[in-house]
This record gives sequence, structure tokens and C-alpha cells, in this order.
Amino acid sequence: MTAEIQSNDTSPSAIAKIFKSLGLLRESPIAIFGLSLILFWVILAILAPILPLYDPNAPLEPFKMPLSDARDGGLYWLGTDHKGRDILSRVIFGAQQVLIWATTATAVAYIVGMLMGVVAGYLGGWWDEVISFISNVLLSFPVIVLYIIIITYLGATGFNIVLAVTFASAPGIMRIVRGLVLDLRTRDYIFAAQTRGESAMYIMLVELLPNARGPLIVDACLRLGYTTITIAMLGYLGLGLPPPDPDWGKMIAETQPLGSFAGHMAVVPAAAISSLVLGFNLLADGLREISMKD
Amino acid sequence: MLILAFRRFLSMALIMVIVSFTLFAIFESDKLAVAGKVLGPYSSNEQRELWLENNGYNEPFLERYVSWVGNALTGDFGYSIQYKSPVADVLWPRLGNTAILAGLYMLFMIPLSLTLGVIAGMKEGSIQDRVVSVGSVLTTSVPEFASATFFSAIFVFWLGWLPGTSAMTSGFSWAEIFLPVFVLVMYGFGYTTRMTRASMAEVMTSHYIRTAVLKGIPYRRVIMKHALRNALIAPFTVIILQLNWLLSGVIVVEVFFAYKGFGKLLLDAALFGDIFVIEACTLVAVFVAVFSQFISDIGYTLLNPRIRFT
Amino acid sequence: MSPDPKIMEEQTPILECRNLCISYDTRGGEIPAVIDFNMKVMPGQGVGIVGESGCGKSTVALAIMQYLGSNGYIKSGEIFFHGRDMRTMSEEELRALRGSKIAMIYQEPMASLNPSMKIGDQLAEVPLFHEDVTVTEAKARALELLEAVKLPDPKRIMDAYPHQISGGQQQRVVIAMALLSKPDLLLLDEPTTALDVTVERGIVELVKEISAEFGTAMIYISHNLGLILDTCDRVTVMYSGEAVEDGTVNEVFDEMCHPYTSGLFASIPLPGADKNERPLVPIPGQLPLPHQRPQGCFFGPRCAFFKAGTCDQEKIPMRAVPGEEGHTVRCARFEEIDWAEGDHEAVTVKSVKSGKVVLEVRNMKKYYELRSSSVLAMIRGDAVKTVKANEDINFNAREAETVAIVGESGCGKSTFAKVLMGLEEATDGAVILNGEDLAHVSVQKRKARTVGHLQMVFQNPFDTLNPSHSVGSQIARVIRKFGVEKDPNKVREKVNDLLDLVKLPRDFAHRRPRQLSGGQKQRIGIARAFAGNPAVVVADEPVSALDVSVQAAVTGLLTEIQNDLRSTLLFISHDLSVVRYLSDRVVVMYLGHIVEQGTTDEVFSPPYHPYTEALLSAVPIADTSVEQKQIILKGDIPSAVNPPPGCPFQTRCPRKIGSICETEMPPVKELSSGHNILCHLEDDVLNAMEPVIVTHSEEKIA
Repeated sequence: MTAEIQSNDTSPSAIAKIFKSLGLLRESPIAIFGLSLILFWVILAILAPILPLYDPNAPLEPFKMPLSDARDGGLYWLGTDHKGRDILSRVIFGAQQVLIWATTATAVAYIVGMLMGVVAGYLGGWWDEVISFISNVLLSFPVIVLYIIIITYLGATGFNIVLAVTFASAPGIMRIVRGLVLDLRTRDYIFAAQTRGESAMYIMLVELLPNARGPLIVDACLRLGYTTITIAMLGYLGLGLPPPDPDWGKMIAETQPLGSFAGHMAVVPAAAISSLVLGFNLLADGLREISMKD
Repeated sequence: MLILAFRRFLSMALIMVIVSFTLFAIFESDKLAVAGKVLGPYSSNEQRELWLENNGYNEPFLERYVSWVGNALTGDFGYSIQYKSPVADVLWPRLGNTAILAGLYMLFMIPLSLTLGVIAGMKEGSIQDRVVSVGSVLTTSVPEFASATFFSAIFVFWLGWLPGTSAMTSGFSWAEIFLPVFVLVMYGFGYTTRMTRASMAEVMTSHYIRTAVLKGIPYRRVIMKHALRNALIAPFTVIILQLNWLLSGVIVVEVFFAYKGFGKLLLDAALFGDIFVIEACTLVAVFVAVFSQFISDIGYTLLNPRIRFT
Repeated sequence: MSPDPKIMEEQTPILECRNLCISYDTRGGEIPAVIDFNMKVMPGQGVGIVGESGCGKSTVALAIMQYLGSNGYIKSGEIFFHGRDMRTMSEEELRALRGSKIAMIYQEPMASLNPSMKIGDQLAEVPLFHEDVTVTEAKARALELLEAVKLPDPKRIMDAYPHQISGGQQQRVVIAMALLSKPDLLLLDEPTTALDVTVERGIVELVKEISAEFGTAMIYISHNLGLILDTCDRVTVMYSGEAVEDGTVNEVFDEMCHPYTSGLFASIPLPGADKNERPLVPIPGQLPLPHQRPQGCFFGPRCAFFKAGTCDQEKIPMRAVPGEEGHTVRCARFEEIDWAEGDHEAVTVKSVKSGKVVLEVRNMKKYYELRSSSVLAMIRGDAVKTVKANEDINFNAREAETVAIVGESGCGKSTFAKVLMGLEEATDGAVILNGEDLAHVSVQKRKARTVGHLQMVFQNPFDTLNPSHSVGSQIARVIRKFGVEKDPNKVREKVNDLLDLVKLPRDFAHRRPRQLSGGQKQRIGIARAFAGNPAVVVADEPVSALDVSVQAAVTGLLTEIQNDLRSTLLFISHDLSVVRYLSDRVVVMYLGHIVEQGTTDEVFSPPYHPYTEALLSAVPIADTSVEQKQIILKGDIPSAVNPPPGCPFQTRCPRKIGSICETEMPPVKELSSGHNILCHLEDDVLNAMEPVIVTHSEEKIA
């Protein structure tokens, strides 16, 4: 149905639209900086397989400090860890992991949360009662308890992490969408759609959701940052993805028993995660600023 | 007002029932698995059956649930597999330790974030606003396990000013509690600050602040009497609801600094498969969360006359 | 006040603005909001500033208060208060003036009061910080003023929070607050725009009375010429940041010299003239955005008397009209204009013969159930309250006829529209469209053709189009939905036809709603409503949110299309002037009841229903030759949740006879065939009623 409404629309192509919205970003240096941080990690993660890196899981020489020479004539830019694995390589492959799972988990949580929110907000009545109650029950769990229960009960796999993030985030997303929809549904164009006999499905998907996108994009950015933290935190607590694949949180956890002389092993992944999250938060801030000015 | 409190109380009770039932269903519907956890992986099937028989597990599921809830309400959460003692004996001291941690966090975070938020929101776009906004984005971007790493690197390993663990083996120590609280405050204050700032900024552009200014009352009074009351309603609810996700940070900090708290208890139980401790901790955590929601709702109603009288 | 300074003041104006220029800084650079503005306010004088949205009138008020926000500033010029330039005053001096010497009354009373502070405390602050009084004295003063603004039960209101009282009462509180320290100058910024007409009338009378009593000078800002006539001695007309004409009310209203002023008057319907003798003439085009103002005269592109070379060169100065001291005008050609030659197209309302009955509403009732979720109500057993939104609605509408439904908030006109459109089911009765009863058929169950036959034009132009989709796709969707066309090329053709119909360029199809002005959006709304060749179009206040100069054009377009297609138009409005101009028949509603209906002439001339009479008296009329009878309704419109027993209008009726009004629902009285009223009044009283609106020039009965 969306396609149908677009058919008569000869406005610029999708690519041109993306460029136009990127142009909008220029108005906020904060957003640009945030986006650069994110792109930095995204590009590294994509290029990881073709970059001249050591195998992230190969035991080489343990406890090398940053910038020390490797036996094979290479350089350990960021040193190696207690098992002799190259930290630079582990951080970059770790970025791949965290970006894939954070994006997937946030996207799934968004789809579920948006559908719940738009149904609760637009259809109201019993739909609203039931959906809101389920959300309230889920929201009454401290998020970490939800994670611990789901992951100890179902096991630590990528899929279960996505599931846990969905359970933890969808109720919050639902509340935001529901609030936006409650406001939007009183608009005359919704009234107009109703008076020409449009189906509820059409009104929800074509008339309502596109107009809620502004605040949702900002929220999605913040949530991506928060999910990144969550995944790393689960890794840190030993509830994350199973070994041996590198995981930023686990990298910090592994260092702890080792004490002071392994400082670089923990600082590097800690800085990595902070910069990525900062990127998401700044982008969200900048986007909010831009949308407020319009 | 009382009616509202009563209704909120009812919905709180309902949520607790649903949560406890779900929890019980997840962990104890498979009886054999429970016995396996208790008796260890090498126990035989006969041993497990016997244990189940002796511990009343052959009663109908609902009956078991009711007696489980009854026991929990009287403070009997069963027997910890890991610590080989009643769960309650382990749980309460741990909860006390975490309460100290959370209490100190609130004590520092609330005044800090409210003050910064109000100062920033008073003049949107000013220098102080920009500094506070950027500062709070920076700190909220560094999760506890990362900032704990940074601060330990600086204060423990480099400067050597503070101890790196907070096990409190020789009683309570301010030096040991400092870093855990500091790490929590650093990550946590940004959110409330930003909320306060947004709320304050919105109030400052409202028409009734314009009325107050154009009434010719002093600026100080406009802020104190007209703006603050309305601007602090939203942060109030946020602060109380923070308890809900404060627990994540608490767990991380407790693990990082080996602080013997409730969060570490829950995590260890989860990793060990100590189901009765997991159940007890979850019930307590959800109760605290639901109760804080209750307080937040009631407080919001008290603070906001527009709702109080409708 | 001793008499001496009073005499002194007679010579110096209370307030004087000299060559005032106000700008805002935005990302796009500096935006001049007010340019070269001059004004003098003498003691006790009422000065009006009139203009459309964005003309800078509110900016002037805020500049006088020195409250322009962080990005607004006075670029040049002076504002003298009692001879002192306010720009040189310190923050503390300004504070001492604000609220004590200069006070302001705002457009939205609800938003202007602090929601979490008791009204008494908010009022007492004024004397507390401007005079040396104790809290008790301040409270006593506040109570006194609440009485002076005629609020019922002032003691209770002192202890109430703003949301606990009605909008009209809130505005009275704001007025009391402004008057507490007996200011020399009162600024009123659209003080009644958010209120119902009958409530507005009460507020306006109060302001007039009080300013006379206290000798307060006033600056009254409004877009409504009728209100200005009612309240002011002098008036300044503003257009796009500039004053274009300034003079006494009589000079400006009767001998206007600026084409914009003249255009404004030509585009509002006045009772003195009807559609055939003096048709509405809209001003073409739209207000320029501040950064798109043309060279020379800002009104040039929309002016019928524009002359290249004269009007588009240098900035036009304000010039005095010869022979009329104090009457100035910003027009390069005002002496040479021959008013007869202006060639703007008038809105013609052809007298179309109405045909057969298309829509028949019989005994239609719509009750809502309002569930109270409080436990107490459940225990008492009154958890479900019935709201009678529509009670016994009966009327017919014929082909090509315009039927106006008139009423204020809560009268049930929106509910009625919802039932008609099938968004709500009627509780009882019948709604028959072309022989088919739709009262209990929801829109989902109606045939596409039926849906297309019954369409609606909405009130708020900013909401009427979905901002996410292009204009063309939204019209196309309607065309396909109603089954008018299916083939993509034919659909595109039909979209173009409809754009032609509403006189918009065809390439608007590719635009997004935010690229359109309010008037243009409303035209698209009309195009959408007429896509399915409708038998009946319901227009819910279609122009009330538009600027005056655009209103006439949109109204004209709507009726023109309706006449051509012979559709029936149900015109929902609270504006009696427009109703009188447009409609063939009028239905007056109050609290869910039809209190009067008949042909336009019957309803607008006596005998009236007392509510119709009050409504007619309340409408501000911008015509100096018209005299209106003063009928001020007390109080506010009751809530539909708790309607009064007996006659719905009895709580405010100035003609109430006695207990019968409080206990018995009045009968429907047929005065003549088709003219009904719902009233207990005896025939002799009804027949003795005098007309409310009298035009002096011709002594014509309105």
C-alpha cells in the first residue's frame, strides 16, 4: 500500500533523499562528529577481514606492551593479551560482533515495540489495556534481571541476546510510539482517512507511523548506544556471546585478575566501547537539535 | 487520593503475582531439573526422585506455587545450593550492603544532577548549558565497566591512592566505597541532568513564566517559586524509576570491585545455577522496582495539582 | 492620584514608539519583524493594532514589555514610557514598571497561569512585589479585584488552581492580575481569541468598563476588526511588519486610504450588505514571508492599484492624509487611487434553486457513555454517566442548498458530523442520504460510492494533509478509494482536474504539505472532498483558522464548486457573519439541542430564540453604521456531562420566565413553516422582539 501511495510521487529518488538528509546533518557539528565516530568503527568492522591483522584468536606472544615488535617482524600496535592474542585485531573483530548484534537487537526490538505501540495507541480499548499491561509487567523487571533470567534459562547465544534486548526494550519503545500515536491520531488527516473508509491497518502503517519518525530516529540512536553497552556489559559479566570470538566486555573482564601490569589490555576495549556509544549519543543529540529547529 | 493509592497498590500486587508465577514456572515446572541442580550433575535418577518426594515436589503445580509464595512472604526463600545455608541468611546482609551503595549514590547524584540540570535549563543555549550538556553526554557514554577500568588505572595503579577492591574484609571502609560510588555517579548523573535540563528549559519558555516576569516579580523568585516547582516534577519520577536500571550498574560495580552486595549474589547464583537464590533475588529486585514505581506515581500525583484534583 | 500630575500627563503620551525596528536573529540571518513603527498612546486612550498573523503586532507588545526572548532585539528606534526611553532603563527599573505601570493580558489564559500555584497566591504576588503591603493586605486586594472582574464565588477561586476553572474565568483572573496595581497602560494581546463568542462578549464589556473606571490606557491587539471598533479610539493597521495606516477608528473604518485596509474590509462579510449588493472581494495572493518581502511596497504584489515604477522602487514612507490630522497612510498612490477601478474578482454566490431533499436527519440521538474508573463511583453505582451529545436532531438539506450549523463549543456539532460521516453510530433515529439510512452503518461498511458522496472539509489547515505524503498522492488515494478512476494515467489526469478546480497550479501535485500556505492546504482539502462528486459536503469551520484576507477566497471557492456541482453544503461555523452571507438555511445548536432553525432571513430577524438573540448580539461587527443590542450572557457554557435540567439554555438565558424553564424541556414551537424554536416564551413576547442588529445608514433590519 505504501508503494501505491508513492506511485504518483515524482519526488527525488531514495538516494537523493539520503544525500539531502545528510546535508541536513551539516547544520549540527555535534551530529557530524557522532556520525564520524560510528562510521570509524563501522568501516573498521567491515574491512576487518581484509586488513593486515593477526588472527584475533591465535595465541602469539603473551603480555606484549603496545608498539612492541612481533617475532615475525610485524608490530603489535596495541600489544597482546595474557594469551598472546593481538589486541588491535581483537578490538576490531570485537567491533564487528558488537555492531552486528546491537543493530539486529535494536531493529527487532523496534519492530516489535512499534507494532505494539501503534496498535495500542490507535485501536485503544482492550488492545491498549492488554498491551500496556504486558509492557508494565516487563518494565517492572530491572532490565539486568530480565537479561540474567533469559540468558541463564535459555543460554548465551546471539539469538537469545536479541530476544532479551527485545523483551527489555520493546515495552519502552511501545510507550513512546503509543504516546506519539495518541497525539497524531487526533489530527484531521487521520479523521479524513477514517471518513473515506480506510482500514485500520492502512491508517496505522501509512498515515500514522511515517509521521512519528522524527522522535523515533532520535530514540533509536540512543537505544543503539544503550544496546551496545548492554551487549558489552553481558560480555563483561560472563553472560555474553560464547568464546572464543572477541567481545569488548569480555576483554575487560579477562584482564581483571591480572592486576596493574595488564592495564592496556582493559583500557583499549573500554575506550573502544565508550567512543562508539559516544558516537550514537552525539548523533542522537545532533539529530534532536536539528529536528527542534525545523 | 486514597482511592488512587489503593488502585495503584492493587495493580502492584497483580504485577507481583504475575511475575512470581512466571518465575516459578520458568525455574520449577521441570521438577527433575530442580533436583538435578540441587543434587549435582552426577546424582542418579532415583536420588532425584527421592529428593523430590521428600521436599513436597510431587504436589500439584499450583499447590506448590501457593506454598512457595507463602514461604517467600514469611521470609523463607529455601536453601542455597552454593552457600549451603538458608537463602535468607545470605540475602539480607548482601541487600544491606547494596542499600549502602545505592544510598550513597543517590545522596551524591540527586543534588548534583538537579543543580546542574536547573543551571543549564535556566538559559538554553548559554555557555553553562553547553558545558553541562556536553559533559553529561560524555559521561553517559562511558559505561560503568569502562569508567571503572579508567578510574582504577588512574587512582589505583598509577597514583596508588585508593584500593582496587572493595571486599570490606576488615569492616566498612570509606576508601573502599569511594570508587564504586564515584563510578556509579559518573555514569548515572547525566541522565537525570539531561531530564532536568529539558524540563527546566521547557518551563522557562512557557507562557506562565512570561506572565511571572511581566508581573514584575524579581527574577530569583520567578525561578524559585514559579519555575522550579513545575520543572522538578518530571525529574522526580525519573530519579525514583532509576532504581530500576541502577541495578545493572550496581552489579557491574560490585563485580568489578568485588563488593559483597546483592547484585554480585544474583550474578553468581545465575552463573552457578543456584535457582533458589535466583528466585529470591529476582523477587526482591522486582518488588523494589514495582514499589518504586508505586512511590513515583503517588509522588507525581502529589506534586502535580492538575492530576491531584481530577 | 492627585489632579495635578493628571493634567501634566495630558500633554505627554503614556507611551510613544518612535521609528521602532525589531529583528530576530535566526540561523538564516537577521529577520526584521517590525519595521519603522510609530505609535502614541495618550492617557485613557484605547489604541488598536490590527493585522493578520505574522504582521508583527504581538512583537510590538512584547517589545514594549522588553521581553523579546533570547534572539529578538530592538534594532533601532525608541520606546518612551512617560517620556523616558525604556531601552535605557536598568533591569531593576524595568521590573518595577512591569506589572505595576504596564500590565499585559495574554491570548491563552490557561497557559498564562502557573498550573501548580493557587490563583490567590499568583494574584497576591503583584502587590507584594510592587507595593509595601503585608501578605494579608495583598490577599484582600486580590479578592477585591476578583470581585471587580465579576467572578462568581471569588473566595473559592482564590483557593483554586487554574485548571479548576473555565477558560472565561481564567481570562478574568488574568485581567484581575493585570489591574491589581492600577496600571497606566494595559496591553491586550488577542485576549478573547481562544474563547467562545458569547464568553468573548462578556470579557470585552468587562475590559471596556474597567478601563473607563480606572482611566487606564489600552493597546488592544487583535485580528478582528469588529473588536477593535468596539474597544478603541485609534487604530493602527499593520501588514508584514509595517504600519500601513493609522488614524482614529472612524477615519480608518470609514475613510480608509490604504488598499490593504480597504481590501480587509472588502473581504469580511458585514451585515450591512448582502451577497448581491456587496459581494466579498478576497485579496489575492498571500502574506510574504519576512525574507521574501518585495522591493518598495510590501503589499504591492497583492494590490489592485499597483503601478510599476512607483510602488516597487524605494521604501514607502508614512504620509499624512491631507485635511485629516493624525491620519497617516503608507501608500505612494493613495491620493490618485480610483477605488472603483480595482479589478479583483468578487466572490459571487449565485442564487441556485435548491432541488429535492438529499439528506434527512430524523430524531437523531447520540449518547456517549462516560465510564468513571474511580472505585468510589463503582461503589456508588454511578460509574457510567451518559453524555447526551446530540438530542433529537431533526432537519433536512436539499440539493445545492447550503445549511449552516451554528453553535459554540460543546453544542454537539462535531459529534453530529461524526455520526454523519459514519465514525460514530447514532444511538437512535435516522440519517437518510438519498433514501439510504446510514445512522447505524459505520463508514467501513458503507459502499465506496456512498462514502464518496458524503465528504468533509476540515477545520485546521495545518492538520488536514498528511505531512509525510505528497499532495498529489493524497488526492490520488482518494480518487482510487472512491472508485472514481483506477487507471494510473486517468488518476493523474483527475488529480490535475481537481487542482484546476481549486485554482492551484498542477505542479503542486509534487509538493509536500509543508511547502504550502494555510490557504493552499485548505484548497487541497476541498479538492479532496470533491474528488468523489459528493452529494453532501460537510465543512467544519473551514476558514476559521485562516487569515482574514485568505478566508474570503477559500469560502468563495468552496461555494462556487458547490454551486457548480449542485452539492449540498453543511457549513459548520460559529461565525454568524459568514453564515448569514453564505447559507440558505440555518440550524442553531446549544448543548446538543437544535434551539432554532429556519431560513437565513427567518433566523436573523425577530422573533428569535433567546440564544440566537444573544449570539447575534455577541458577534463583533466591523461597521461603524451598525448598532447592536447589548445582550451579555452571564457565566459559561455548561458542560455536556452535567447539563442543566429543563431547558438547556436556562442557566444563562436573559429571558428566563421562571421555574418552568428549570423543570420542563421546552416544546418545539413552529413559528412559520420550517422556522422552529425550542422555547417556553409566549407568542406575544416573541413577536415583540426587536432586531438585534440595526444598520443606521439605511435603517435596514438585519
